[in-house]
Amino acid sequence: MVTSYRIQGATGEWEVVIGLEVHAQVTSNAKLFSGAATAFGAEPNSQVSLVDAAMPGMLPVPNRECIRQAVRTGMAIEAQINAWSRFDRKNYFYADLPQGYQISQLYHPLVGEGSLTIEADEKAGIPEDKVIGIERIHVEQDAGKLMHDQHPSMSYVDLNRSGVALMEIVSKPDMRSPAEAGAYMRKLRAILRYVGSCDGNMEEGSMRADVNVSVRRVGDEFGTRTETKNVNSVRFVMQTIEHEARRQVDLIEDGGTVVQETRLFDPGTGTTRSMRSKEDAHDYRYFPDPDLLPLELDEAFLDECRASLPELPDAKRRRYVEGLCLSDYNARELTAEVETFARFEQLLAETATKLEKSETEVATQVANWSLSVAPGVMNALGNEANPAHATASAQAAILGMQAAGDISGGQAKEIFEIVLKTGRDPQEIAETEGLKQQSDTGAIEAVIDDVLAANADKVAEYRGGKDKLFGFFVGQTMKAMQGKGNPAVVNQLLKAKLDG
Amino acid sequence: MTDLTELGVKAIRDGVAAGDFSAREVAEAFNANVEAAQQALNAFIVATPEKAIEAASAVDAARAKGEALGKMAGVPIGMKDLFATKGVQTTAASHILEGFVPEYESTVSANLWKAGAGMLGKLNLDQFAMGSSNETSYFGNVISPWRKAGSNAALAPGGSSGGSSAAIAARLCPAATGTDTGGSIRQPAAFVGISGIKPTYGRCSRWGVVAFASSLDQAGPMARDVTDCAIMLEAMAGFDPKDSTSLNLPVPQWEAGLNADLRGKKVGIPREYRMDGTDPEILASWDRGIEWLKDAGAEIVDVSLPHTKYALPAYYIVAPAEASSNLARYDGVRYGLRDLPEGAGLQDMYAATRAAGFGDEVKRRIMIGTYVLSAGFYDAYYNQAQRVRTLIANDFKAAFELCDVILAPTTPTASFPLGDKVDDPLAMYLNDVFAVPASLAGLPAMSVPWGLNSDGLPLGLQIIGRAFDEQGVLNAGLAIESRAMFNAKPEKWW
Repeated sequence: MVTSYRIQGATGEWEVVIGLEVHAQVTSNAKLFSGAATAFGAEPNSQVSLVDAAMPGMLPVPNRECIRQAVRTGMAIEAQINAWSRFDRKNYFYADLPQGYQISQLYHPLVGEGSLTIEADEKAGIPEDKVIGIERIHVEQDAGKLMHDQHPSMSYVDLNRSGVALMEIVSKPDMRSPAEAGAYMRKLRAILRYVGSCDGNMEEGSMRADVNVSVRRVGDEFGTRTETKNVNSVRFVMQTIEHEARRQVDLIEDGGTVVQETRLFDPGTGTTRSMRSKEDAHDYRYFPDPDLLPLELDEAFLDECRASLPELPDAKRRRYVEGLCLSDYNARELTAEVETFARFEQLLAETATKLEKSETEVATQVANWSLSVAPGVMNALGNEANPAHATASAQAAILGMQAAGDISGGQAKEIFEIVLKTGRDPQEIAETEGLKQQSDTGAIEAVIDDVLAANADKVAEYRGGKDKLFGFFVGQTMKAMQGKGNPAVVNQLLKAKLDG
Repeated sequence: MTDLTELGVKAIRDGVAAGDFSAREVAEAFNANVEAAQQALNAFIVATPEKAIEAASAVDAARAKGEALGKMAGVPIGMKDLFATKGVQTTAASHILEGFVPEYESTVSANLWKAGAGMLGKLNLDQFAMGSSNETSYFGNVISPWRKAGSNAALAPGGSSGGSSAAIAARLCPAATGTDTGGSIRQPAAFVGISGIKPTYGRCSRWGVVAFASSLDQAGPMARDVTDCAIMLEAMAGFDPKDSTSLNLPVPQWEAGLNADLRGKKVGIPREYRMDGTDPEILASWDRGIEWLKDAGAEIVDVSLPHTKYALPAYYIVAPAEASSNLARYDGVRYGLRDLPEGAGLQDMYAATRAAGFGDEVKRRIMIGTYVLSAGFYDAYYNQAQRVRTLIANDFKAAFELCDVILAPTTPTASFPLGDKVDDPLAMYLNDVFAVPASLAGLPAMSVPWGLNSDGLPLGLQIIGRAFDEQGVLNAGLAIESRAMFNAKPEKWW
């Protein structure tokens, strides 16, 4: 497996080695060890229980749903699930950490080794599919947030996030280019969202990455790595890697050495800067949390987790290509986001039912509609469109009429436009607005006869060998029918009349 | 009329139920004693006479309406100031929590109020329950009501539940809550001639109890006799979903199960507890106890707890390690003391707040705990101590193959004068040498009064039982109690 990404240094080529620690907020109504709510954007300190504020004598109780979501995530990356795991305390003082320790899992994580596959992407320099190893997933508490801009000399503390459940998903140092890291982040995000264990919303901080980067001569031992903390978008992760790799190569080539340290990414400049070096690193004094018993999962619980897993991105994409006969491109586009495939699959089912055909027979039509036609109409309308009107049944009705030849592609768009604006019934729109095409051969023949009679000279020319005039007759016929003639029928009848 | 403050839990409960006296009369009598003794004994950090009256009035009203009364109906008690009490200052005898008024009630205290008990006040203790003499309290040490014959020297009431022990011995309350991390119920009970039981780890919820060492902390009752302890433990115990380490088991009817007949039972005598340097009078009391249990029908067997000598060192690694982490929350950010010097940053605030807010013993244990958990030392100390803990638990398991309960001294000496060991932490720690093994193993253990030594000071005997077998412990305690016939009380000098 060759990745061509190389840093060109003054002294030669360098390879970059990347590992990602992704913190993903577990989708759950309540925090990891307290009943407090977890909604984003609430008033500061409005979602804080006595446990989250670490009042004297308060005790953590694990939230079963958070554990369940982490286990399901582990299953989705085909990882070892540890039926026995344990919580440890990571001790350090900070104003956003009420207990003075974070409850995490150092020694015995809930989820062991697994992997995910990033897909080949020639343009991005990923020549073939690549398996990225995942070291572990453990669950831990998030900290609160400090606000430094509320008071001239004091900082304020918002504990809404304090105690929110996070999964820390630790990759192996298996990535070799920013593109691979980006593909890994996107794939991981898709899996989390398919599983429903994290909403993947990076702007709201639901997913953020600590980016570990080192460089080496191709084939050498790993170099010293730096860890850039809390990078919160795929693009920034890629920028971090580009910048860090370049910086490290320049540093080494100038005779310096990379120090193991924690760095911060500045989205404004796309650069990283040192936060603290290893010498200042905290001694976290990890030890098993004596307030909590080891977490033991029974077979029934694991079975339920497994049974509740949905079809995952790789399997779905394979089924779209192999089962629904969609193109690789369509399959990839349709399976990238949960909302996209959900809408597609609903529309596919309704359309197939409506047309009394198999899903495979209508899949390409529905896919093209879903990926290009419908979004095109919607985008053109902008604010005039009410997305709520774009129901599966309305769209299936449009696709049904089109497949039956009752409406043309253009009419389908026009009808959809009216649906989006008004929510009216497509069938009714077709009738009322005259947006139906004429497929009745008798009626069309009558029009054709008129057209041929009125253009006898052109008919003669055509019959004399001027084939190109066929388009002219089609145009005249369609014009006479105000564009409502079924083009296929028109073509067929014209051909018969002219050639016959 | 009898002095109501001479009555214990059972006598008060039954007397109130029978209408011999009202709960209010009882509360008033104890309130008066609390007030009268406060100056001299310093047993309470805050008195709450109104709470006692309020609870008593509710019981009297319920009785008047013919309603069923709770297990502790009409009994006013003292509450160790380690239990969070809603609306009443809760300090753990520390400066850092001075003025802290919780908006929540600990599960144990809530259970007691539900059972009809009332609160006389919050009892003094060693700061954060760290100490064996009550001298580490920020609010001044408790003074034992006992004095050596022919001496006026102030004696230690034991610790950390020293306010509880002193108040019961001095008839300021018929019973009180205690907590026991490494002997903090049993040692003070022994020092003042009362009974106290630390139940199996997990019997009483830790929710709302200021944490010292989470894997060891366990609440229990302290009272004048075994029966009263059984009654009160029934009211305190029970599964609590808010405490992950709480035992999900029904609460046995310990009071109804009391039985001093030990025929068919085996009592183990651990040979390793016969340590050099133990006070000969303690050893003699132990021998006497053995005779009593024989008399009660028990068979006496020798047992071995070979890792006993490692218990104290292991305890003084595990407990401080957990404490160093548990006490990190007292940082001046959200509640309690905040010392923010002019121009100080966050680190300065932590340092100033914690320097001012914690006493020397608490700081000592935080430092020990921080040290044993730090990188490079964790394996040698913490992990090693955890292994020792497992070995000690296995010792007990093996011993309980041979016997039903174990009899041992509670403490190596009788109460000592205040100030005697305050500058010698190791001597102070040695006080818990007999108490700590049962704590590390999470086993139920109780101290019952044996009698007075040649100085006229009380001594106690300790019974250790199998996990969940509080009944066996209580029954052996009852067998000793009915033979010791202990009825001495301190001569009132306050």
